[in-house]
Amino acid sequence: MRVNMMHAEHKTNFSLAINAPQGLRMEQERIAVEVNGLNLYYGGKRALNSVNMQIPRNRVTAFIGPSGCGKSTLLRCFNRMNDLVDSCSIDGQITLDKENIYAKGVDVAELRRRVGMVFQKPNPFPKSIFENVAYGLRIQGIKKKRLICETVEWALKSAALWDEVKDRLHESALGMSGGQQQRLVIARTIAVKPEILLLDEPASSLDPISTLKIEELIHELKKDFTIVIVTHNMQQAARVSDYTAFMYMGDLIEFGTTDQLFTNPVQKQTEDYITGRYG
Amino acid sequence: MRIGIKQWFASGLPWIWLNGAAVSINVIMVVGVLALIAVRGLGHFWPAPILQAHVQGQQQITSLIGSIVDDELVSAEQLRGSGVVLPASQESAKRLLIKTGNRDVTRADFVWVLEQSLRQITYPQELMALERREWGNFYGRLVAIKQAGTVVADQGKQADQEMWQLMQERVQRSLNIYDDIQAIEKGAIGEINHGMERLRLKHRSLELENQLTPLLQAELEAERRQLDRRYTGLQQRLIDLYAAFERDSMIAETMSGTQIEINLSKVVRAYRPNAMTSMAKVNFYMSKIWEFVSTEPREANTEGGVFPAIFGTVLMVLLMSVMVTPIGVVAAVYLREYAKQGLVTRIIRIAVNNLAGVPSIVYGVFGLGFFIYFLGGNIDELFFAAAAPAPTFGTPGLLWASLTLALLTVPVVIVATEEGLSRIPRAVREGSLALGATKSETLWRVVLPMASPAIMTGVILAVARAAGEVAPLMLVGVVKLAPSLPLDGNYPYLHLDQKFMHLGFHIYDVGFQSPNVEAARPLVYATAFLLVLVIALLNLSAVAIRNRLREKYKALES
Repeated sequence: MRVNMMHAEHKTNFSLAINAPQGLRMEQERIAVEVNGLNLYYGGKRALNSVNMQIPRNRVTAFIGPSGCGKSTLLRCFNRMNDLVDSCSIDGQITLDKENIYAKGVDVAELRRRVGMVFQKPNPFPKSIFENVAYGLRIQGIKKKRLICETVEWALKSAALWDEVKDRLHESALGMSGGQQQRLVIARTIAVKPEILLLDEPASSLDPISTLKIEELIHELKKDFTIVIVTHNMQQAARVSDYTAFMYMGDLIEFGTTDQLFTNPVQKQTEDYITGRYG
Repeated sequence: MRIGIKQWFASGLPWIWLNGAAVSINVIMVVGVLALIAVRGLGHFWPAPILQAHVQGQQQITSLIGSIVDDELVSAEQLRGSGVVLPASQESAKRLLIKTGNRDVTRADFVWVLEQSLRQITYPQELMALERREWGNFYGRLVAIKQAGTVVADQGKQADQEMWQLMQERVQRSLNIYDDIQAIEKGAIGEINHGMERLRLKHRSLELENQLTPLLQAELEAERRQLDRRYTGLQQRLIDLYAAFERDSMIAETMSGTQIEINLSKVVRAYRPNAMTSMAKVNFYMSKIWEFVSTEPREANTEGGVFPAIFGTVLMVLLMSVMVTPIGVVAAVYLREYAKQGLVTRIIRIAVNNLAGVPSIVYGVFGLGFFIYFLGGNIDELFFAAAAPAPTFGTPGLLWASLTLALLTVPVVIVATEEGLSRIPRAVREGSLALGATKSETLWRVVLPMASPAIMTGVILAVARAAGEVAPLMLVGVVKLAPSLPLDGNYPYLHLDQKFMHLGFHIYDVGFQSPNVEAARPLVYATAFLLVLVIALLNLSAVAIRNRLREKYKALES
């Protein structure tokens, strides 16, 4: 409803809803990830149709689109999470630091350390809060206690969780609220200092206040990380992202600055979607 | 107010009643079994009063001393058929089973007598019961006490109470000496034997490898001589102890009036149940129970305790759990996590499930053929050539019994673990993978800990099945009487090659293989009760571990 309204009045006050900095231009961005002619098939079914896009460094890029449009699938390509699906096959390229991540001989575990991911539902491990955040470090074989403690503290502070949990670091993470759990998962992900942070509808199972906290966090985190977020909530995309991609039926329909995409979409389909005509 | 039969059915009430009835039948059966074996078994340890009576026979009257064990009603016709004269009007008669002991004198220690043929039943205080190391119990009267052949106390001279006191002291003395003898024979001499055997094997293996230099031989010889010297010293001490042990004896009178001499070294316990106060009886009962669970069996397992069998059962089950858990978990992890799901895994699963239904004796045969003869035989050839031709692992033993039972229970663990693995949320696995963990790191650090309660459920079921299994064990390692425990102070402490005793087999042995069935029957019940108790305890501890794990790794709510 709100989107409808926004569209109707977008000439006058639509900019209010958009938090993104004005005047961003893709040509001036440093590129973190480049997607070239990416096709993805589930068995015989094509789920992504030759997607081409560039994810700018230290910006928040949002993927929007109706359910089943392939936005999560595309996101999961960036850290090769789709490898876990047996029937999934891919052609095309995704380049991270000039390296094709789908080339032969790529260490997938190392790739996933560089490209962290936060899932739709909070998925803390049944361990203590501390051990959750330290997990990635331990996986890397870091043994130094001080280094681990410092990193855990830094990660929890970065995830704006430190003050809430500093007195109960060794209690089970499963006793936390959903919002806290999701921020813990973010802390866990940034503790291994990835270059890129993939967020797959990170706030969809949270209440409005927790959602707000996560959104504020995304703002903070983009200083250090390149963030890609999938959301079904257009307001959220408008609030948090610098760039937005609109996908539909496996096609990347339109990709541009959030400002431009929401106020002045080029494609008819995009306009239809953000005005709520389908989706 | 009237409800139609249709509505009654529709209301679900009959269904609830049916469920309730099914549950109560189960409860009644379980409680009934436990109550039966508990009462029959535990009653045995209570000091039964000793009666004295005259039995009216056809021609003569005989006297009888003993305690009533059992009774039954027999039809008069049957009795008349065996030549007993009964009044014509009588239709049935009560028959008593009386334990008269004194097997060394009378050949049989139980008699059946008709209740109506007993005359002048009395319970004299001075009647005593002796538990002996051989020939079973003795019932009768104390006449005199002898020390080294000369009478030191006599019925005529001393007061009865005084003499009884004296005898109790002397019985206690001989029991103390017996403990010393046991300590030397089982402890010190056992250790020397162990050392001797070790030297012999060393000698033999050096000989086999052609490395037996005169110097080494001399060294071994010196060690052997040292052991020999220690043995001779102990031997001398044993001779002294035995002499002291057999110093005292008593003269006792049986029910038929004959007097026999009983050496006090043969007496385990002397008591006068008719003179006991309730408190004394309770004490006696407790000490008998303690004896039952803490000492070794006597007299072909029909007397004494079952400690080696408890020990063997528990040790075997623990070893089995230690073996079955890794095998089952690794197999389940492969099947569920790594193998490509398809026809082959389906066939394997069906095969595994079917294995759980194979009769256990078949596993026993397999264990004997494969583990003992094939594996054990080859191990002997490769590593224990020095001991040949005596087999070390090529003979039934603790290791093979545990392994056979592990094989028997592995399907349960596989199924339970697979179930557990399949219930770990995909999100948690992905969370770990997304942090740069490999599949195996994810498995070890997240998935398996979370599946550990399910694994424990499998182990609980495995323990429950393994602890109650007897048939395969008879082929792969259980014996009627093991000379020593499989765990002791001699290197390597845990003797996996030794044979062991088992409560389940003990029940079978005491109940069906014993030379004295009447005497053994209560012990069958008592041992059965104990076996149930041991299994319940093993299970409860596994359940406690599982609950702790569950609390620790309680699954994500979703």
